[in-house]
Amino acid sequence: MARYLLRRLAFLLVSLALASVVLFVLLRMLPGDPANALTSVGAGPEQIAAARHSIGSDKPLPEQFVHWIGQLASGDLGTSFVSSLPVAPEVGSRLNVTIPLTLTAFVLAVLIAVPVGFVAAHRRRTWYGALLNGVSQLGIAVPVFWLGMILIAVFALNAGWLPAGGFPPDGWSQPVEAVRSLALPVITIALVMSASLIRYVRSATLDVLDSDYLRTARALGSSFGQAMWRHGLRNASVPVISILGIELASTLLGAVVVESVYALPGLGSLLATGIAQHDYPVIQGVLFVSTLAVLVIGFAADFVQRIIDPRLRGRLSGGAR
Amino acid sequence: MKQSTKRSYTLTFGCALAGLIALLALVSLFWAPYAADDTSGGRLTGPGAGHLLGTDKLGRDLFTQLMTGSRVAFEAGLGSVLIAAVVGVTLGVLAAFAQGWLDDTLSAFLDILIAFPTLLLAMLIVAAHSATLGSAVLAIGLAQSAVVGRLVRILVKRVLAQDYITAARTSGTSWPRIVAGHVLPNIWPTLVVNLALQFGLAVLAEAGLSYLGLGAPPPNASWGRMLQEAQATFTTAPAGALAPGILLVLLVIGVNLIADGLRDTLDPAARRRRA
Repeated sequence: MARYLLRRLAFLLVSLALASVVLFVLLRMLPGDPANALTSVGAGPEQIAAARHSIGSDKPLPEQFVHWIGQLASGDLGTSFVSSLPVAPEVGSRLNVTIPLTLTAFVLAVLIAVPVGFVAAHRRRTWYGALLNGVSQLGIAVPVFWLGMILIAVFALNAGWLPAGGFPPDGWSQPVEAVRSLALPVITIALVMSASLIRYVRSATLDVLDSDYLRTARALGSSFGQAMWRHGLRNASVPVISILGIELASTLLGAVVVESVYALPGLGSLLATGIAQHDYPVIQGVLFVSTLAVLVIGFAADFVQRIIDPRLRGRLSGGAR
Repeated sequence: MKQSTKRSYTLTFGCALAGLIALLALVSLFWAPYAADDTSGGRLTGPGAGHLLGTDKLGRDLFTQLMTGSRVAFEAGLGSVLIAAVVGVTLGVLAAFAQGWLDDTLSAFLDILIAFPTLLLAMLIVAAHSATLGSAVLAIGLAQSAVVGRLVRILVKRVLAQDYITAARTSGTSWPRIVAGHVLPNIWPTLVVNLALQFGLAVLAEAGLSYLGLGAPPPNASWGRMLQEAQATFTTAPAGALAPGILLVLLVIGVNLIADGLRDTLDPAARRRRA
């Protein structure tokens, strides 16, 4: 296990290094000069040159890259071209919104999807099994922002129970307001996410229900519950966990649409502004932090799968491939 | 017997839903109740005489916009799936034939690309070019080619392990002929089903981008843009905020049902797991 952890950690570091090179190169391929964003319309060439010099974009690319990596190593994500504020604290404060939003929605989605998916598979020949399957079919077809709009119209504008958007200016020092303003976004993400999870849980459960080992366990005298608990859960959870990892990672940044519907100051909206303003340090910082999160989540999902399924332990990067 | 009626029902119902919207899109090529920029109807009139679903906040006919939107949806879906199919199949076949570290690298690359939300890639590409349907389609197609690529890699590896491939190799058939003659015919049922699912996802992704203002600009707006514009007047003029969403959901469900129906027809092995 220690050997595996070391190899997997090395893989993570190499991926991160590769990703940072790709990020850096891709961003430099974007047309549009960030110096334009800094200067007013009609600025002379020398003003633009001064702006370039002040943000370091006049230096050769390799030098810029080494500079950026050096900063990263010391935990510094650079300084925004536009606001001249350091990026790291800004990313940190955005994470205060995005992480609670994503994690709560994720947990809620799992709490909905696992029992519903199991029932939809186990009782697939009953009317409610078919109904649950139908509802999840409907759920994956609903655009997340439209669901958000409907929830706002019903629960915020009509019923007036919850705020229609925004986040308290003092953040979590106003805990009640903060929780209230995250309630609808969390429900929106959780509903959409659980719709697709239900299908994976259902399909994994169906595989288990059809399996020889479950039949054997039943023939040897285990009750259905015992057989499911001892053999089914472990087998069904491996593919589901690999999907969970991908879902969690993509929601972290995929929250940008929901953040936009509910006007939340999250990581996604920081990135959207950064892209609109050609603010490289902000884009780079957000994408680097997200890549790190994606890789760490992938690592965690892989690790959990390995604990659950000993057959995966011979391989470097496991998962349901 | 019971199974087969249920199967054809899925396919038929899916085709009916998607076909209805395809019909709207086709008709919009030749005829629409009003011109796209006709604002003679007055602002935010309700559904009724003259305007089937009423007008938007600029006085444009909603039904006309819905028709245009259905065309944009099909363009987005077909365009993205085409890119995803060409790039994805190429990458997937390459990764499947590659050995050792090259295979590992390609797979890891696809994995990271998959974990990255389509939307982000799209935002980057749109930022680089401009907010047009073309850049949205390019971005969605590229993001989806990672998903298709990973699927194709697994499918091709499975085929390459078969005895008939060894037989073909020993009898001196070249790799390109093996790919064309043995690999592609064996993977296409699963591939077609997945591409149908990707079509639905592409339509949803384009709507999301348009909602953020990163899709096709008005007056040839997509349903996503219509929804964004109608959000502020949801409670006073609900038709504009509901109709595009309903059509979007119907189209995606229709296409997903077609995918399910196709899977049952083309891929008998997967028939029992209708998930």
